[in-house]
Amino acid sequence: MSAAHHDSSAAEPVDVTDGKLTKFDIVKEGLRRDGIEILHYEPAFPVPGTKAEKRIERFIALCFTVAGLGALGFVAVFAFWPWEYEFAELGTAESWSKWYTPMLGLTLGLALAGLGIGILTWSKKLLPVEELVQERHDGGSAQEDRIITGATLSNVVDETGIKRRPLLKRALLFGAAPLGLAAIAPLGTLITPPGDDLVTTGFSPAKNHGEPVRLMLKDGTLVRPDMVSVGGQITVFPAIPGGATNEYADSPTLLIHLRQEDADKARANAYDMYKGAMWGNYIAYSKICTHIGCPASLYEQQTNRLLCPCHQSQFLITDNAKPVFGPATRHLPQLPLAVNEDGVFYAVSDFLVPIGPAFWERG
Amino acid sequence: MKRRKFDAKQMPAKIGNELDDRFKLASPVRGLLTKVFPDHWSFLLGEIALFSFIVLLLTGTFLALFFEPSMVHVVYDGSYTPLRGIGMSKAYESTLHISFDVRGGLVIRQMHHWAALLFVASILVHMGRVFFSGAFRKPREANWVIGFILFILAFFEGLMGYSIPDDGLSGTGLRIVHGITESIPLIGSWAAHALFGGEYPGEVIVTRFYILHVLLIPGIMLALIAVHVGLVFAQKHSQWPGPGRTEHNVVGYRMFPNYVSKQGGFFMLVFAVIALMGGLFQINPIWLFGPYEASVVSSGSQPDFYVMFLDGLVRLFPSWELSGFGFTLPAVFWPAVVGMGVAFTVPLLYPFIERRFTKDKAHHNLLERPRDNPTRTAVGAMVTSIWLITTITGANDIVADKFNISLNAMTWGGRIGIVVIPVITFFITRRICLGLQQHDREVLAHGIETGIMRRDANGRFYEVHQPLTSEVDEHGHPKVLEYNGWTVPKKMNRVGALLPAVKGFFKPVELPSETPRREVEGDDRSREEIEAGRR
Ligand code: HEM
Ligand code: FES
Repeated sequence: MSAAHHDSSAAEPVDVTDGKLTKFDIVKEGLRRDGIEILHYEPAFPVPGTKAEKRIERFIALCFTVAGLGALGFVAVFAFWPWEYEFAELGTAESWSKWYTPMLGLTLGLALAGLGIGILTWSKKLLPVEELVQERHDGGSAQEDRIITGATLSNVVDETGIKRRPLLKRALLFGAAPLGLAAIAPLGTLITPPGDDLVTTGFSPAKNHGEPVRLMLKDGTLVRPDMVSVGGQITVFPAIPGGATNEYADSPTLLIHLRQEDADKARANAYDMYKGAMWGNYIAYSKICTHIGCPASLYEQQTNRLLCPCHQSQFLITDNAKPVFGPATRHLPQLPLAVNEDGVFYAVSDFLVPIGPAFWERG
Repeated sequence: MKRRKFDAKQMPAKIGNELDDRFKLASPVRGLLTKVFPDHWSFLLGEIALFSFIVLLLTGTFLALFFEPSMVHVVYDGSYTPLRGIGMSKAYESTLHISFDVRGGLVIRQMHHWAALLFVASILVHMGRVFFSGAFRKPREANWVIGFILFILAFFEGLMGYSIPDDGLSGTGLRIVHGITESIPLIGSWAAHALFGGEYPGEVIVTRFYILHVLLIPGIMLALIAVHVGLVFAQKHSQWPGPGRTEHNVVGYRMFPNYVSKQGGFFMLVFAVIALMGGLFQINPIWLFGPYEASVVSSGSQPDFYVMFLDGLVRLFPSWELSGFGFTLPAVFWPAVVGMGVAFTVPLLYPFIERRFTKDKAHHNLLERPRDNPTRTAVGAMVTSIWLITTITGANDIVADKFNISLNAMTWGGRIGIVVIPVITFFITRRICLGLQQHDREVLAHGIETGIMRRDANGRFYEVHQPLTSEVDEHGHPKVLEYNGWTVPKKMNRVGALLPAVKGFFKPVELPSETPRREVEGDDRSREEIEAGRR
């Protein structure tokens, strides 16, 4: 290793005020006093001014120049490049503004990378190559120190006299504990009883002045049987104010017009509570997956399965929409359907069981 | 009286003296300047996390100047024509506004998202390096715990960031958060109601998540990161075993100028990568997803990668719902609440769990090569395999679609895989570690295989081995070197026969000296150094 290695740590302290010392001599003395030993230390270029050194210098200068240009470019692009968004259909004329974001990223990236590579090269190629060793001094304090600090601490406790004064101890506890409660009590405001929110949807007549709720499309059009072709399905909402908005996130329902043979199957399979819930060959299921509530919206006509894209539960339409694959455990609730004298679908009642994911008091 | 001439050269010394008069700085500053740091590429992983966190703070602050965390209903009227006239929440509208109508808004938004992904990814890899090198052992257990809490916070921070733009994807995520909360026994529906301020989705969740996302969680993270890095500083970084390195010293270079310049340069590089990605690669194009509508979901809607393990776990878990006495224990409770609970607590306590088994109470400042602790490495590999399976399952519909596999087959494959593969991984990893150990010992005993074939006097072929030491035993054979935790050179170019194959970033580990180097005479450190790494 290097010559510096054998400056043994036992050496006499050097007088750092001695004017004859070089700056590095003083640094070395500092290291020695701090318990740091130089194992290896050499300048990156022992002979200054070589070609190799010049080349590295030029490279670093280039990096910093690129950084500066990149940063100027960023500012220029930011200020002068056309940036206002113009919507263009695919394949239509290109607009300059389309390149605004990429140009910003490119110029900023260039500026930062130039700076970074420049600094790293400087650090790796021009700084002295060094290896030092420093003592760790870990493993806790001296035993005496521990004893003194321990005694001091426990003395503090003694001085308060809390051990000798059980009355104060209890009184303090009584005084402080409720204060802790008081600190979190305001959060109690967050807690409100769920009430019947989890078991009613927008199809409950209660949401419609006691009248049965009709079915509508997202745009508000009331739903009539001829709007769904055989084998087709549409998403319907309760025809009440805001019925198609997120305010009634529990209400989206899938209305399916089954083919004759499927409808027969569905009628034959229907659970007791759902006997008569279909209207003709029309059947309506809650769209909210009974797993954890994604809209189960992928309808596979051939297999009559409804697939939830979130965790791939599959529900069999012709058999009460019971789960046949995946993590869901319960069938999609069915909405009892009928058509009124105006030829519009309405819900005979709300869903018969709570829609969506399970919860503790669901039963 | 003549005014004294201003002497610019004397200025720094003068300022220094004035400051020292007041703050007594000389000695602590010197300690800082010359603090010795060990070097290894794997120590940079934590720095990447640190740097991306800084970028997150910077870009996030910019976004906060324009984002409006409100679920108030508005009708869009901005530059993005396809959505004009559509009703949406103010939060979603302001995100569109940042993307299309704020100069430079999109690049900052995308940088923020890329930085978040890089942040979590680097935390995970950093955690892996800390785990597999045994850096969490005494005295660094506290930093492991703090680090893991940071990971948990980063997970939720990301999840909330993903939720607040209130686009189609984030709404689906929120729906799942709601469903999972609801599944908790006894208090589920009340907890969900409290969190969402009423029936799902309510009108406050974005506002609530926003304040957590921009103030509470980053604040806690900032404080914890300060403690984390402060502890690394105070306890001094661990180091890989190697020539001259013992449990009681640190071998490396000084903080100034070496360490700090490398860190500074590296920060700029990380920042540059984030800027380039933010500019060139689209991420989370919320305008394509539309505003959140409870009735709409697209297939292939994936959360960010670090949440996918949870999604996968939920997909794999069978439909086992318990009910009775009028109560229901939903199936999701197990993978989502219990699964997440286990994933977030067992690793947190790992240093203490390991210590229960090893009864190891010693201080460890020298890291352990993964092969030297086969059981820990195998446990780590096993956990990694579980994470990989669940993460891939989190995207199994996409995998199924891309490779034309049936989705049901994917799910069943995952269900069986998650039981079988971790066990296999455990045993294979252990064997590989033991094999590598064995090979190290062979090379130390017989030398490096040179690939040169010779023929002996009897006509038999043998391969020439390059011994690692010139010392010989009493029979004249090269001495059998003792393994001491250092990297054992396996190729001739590692002992200087050829130039190192890859120079630069993955710097080849230092050339081994022939025998453990003698330390200062009369010091017993040389003995400890040979023992270092021996079990
Ligand atoms: C916000 C996330 C995090 C940041 C910003 C961060 C940052 C850092 C930095 C800069 C270092 C020193 C360099 C290095 O060894 O890589 C470090 C060391 C360390 N980190 Fe982290 N870290 C984070 C998360 C974690 C996690 C999740 C764990 C483990 C559960 C962890 C455990 C440790 C330990 C034990 C050390 C000491 C390593 C040693 O001395 O060898 N950190 N961290
Ligand atoms: S929410 Fe439908 S399968 Fe999970």
